[in-house]
Amino acid sequence: MPNWTTHLAGQHVDVRLTSEDGYQAQRSYSIGSPPEDTYLMLTVERLEDGEVSPYLVDELRAGDQIELRGPIGGYFVWDARDGKNDGSPLFLVAAGSGIVPLMAMIRHRANWENRVPAKLLYSSRSYEDVIYREELHQMSANDSSLRVIHTLTRQQPPNWIGYRRRIDRAMLVDTAWRQAEKPLAFTCGPTAVVEKVATELLELGYEPQRIKTERFGPTGG
Amino acid sequence: MDNNLRLDGNAAGGLLNEVFPFEMTTAEATCGGCGNMRLIGELMLYQHGMGAVLRCVDCDTALIRITQIRGCYRLDLSGMSCLLIAADIH
Repeated sequence: MPNWTTHLAGQHVDVRLTSEDGYQAQRSYSIGSPPEDTYLMLTVERLEDGEVSPYLVDELRAGDQIELRGPIGGYFVWDARDGKNDGSPLFLVAAGSGIVPLMAMIRHRANWENRVPAKLLYSSRSYEDVIYREELHQMSANDSSLRVIHTLTRQQPPNWIGYRRRIDRAMLVDTAWRQAEKPLAFTCGPTAVVEKVATELLELGYEPQRIKTERFGPTGG
Repeated sequence: MDNNLRLDGNAAGGLLNEVFPFEMTTAEATCGGCGNMRLIGELMLYQHGMGAVLRCVDCDTALIRITQIRGCYRLDLSGMSCLLIAADIH
């Protein structure tokens, strides 16, 4: 890609599609790959009534060209090499495809063997809907400083012992780092979920500047 | 306006880069309404067909209105009393 600079974990790109009659549609997609990877990886959730995601998921083939700009955004980013982050435990809260930019952070953290304690609270509709399920399982199994907590809001497998409801105050009290531990929080997903999480974390005493939000809109992606 | 449609100012980074040569999501905007200073990335973003409006998180004042009409960008920054941009970050 011409003029591409290395991205930071948490950044996004704008993808623009132009139809034969000149109609253009543009959407933002978070980058899921860490900066160290050779290839840029976007994870796209296909929305039934979407203008862009059905094309990207169903039609796009290897070798096709798309218009893309980025990397974008210096606000919702985490850099393992940034001295200012030293020691601040990470509290990552994702809903649905909101996991994508947080996954870039988790992968980046692992690549740098940055062992700042990290917890991911991840809300999905069902077990099958958990994006990066195996990789997250492997990463947390191999890293005692990374904890992954799932909640499945609509459907749970038999014998499921995890959470089975939407993210709420009690769940955050159970899972979030205490404010005294000077945590840094990132939350990404549908707007309503992100706003709920941010409001609750504020009430738990988190500093506003240390709660970074990335709203995906009504449906996400 | 449906609150479920609002996004973070961070999502306007690409649009703002069409106009400004700097990383604008980390620029600091002082609200002309309440005087609070926030990063552009933290503001509330409302996007529509004509362009975008960035509003103050604290008092809802429209700080940046940006539209693109007939080949021109039109920026209304009247809701903002100050904009601080780090010149060394691209």
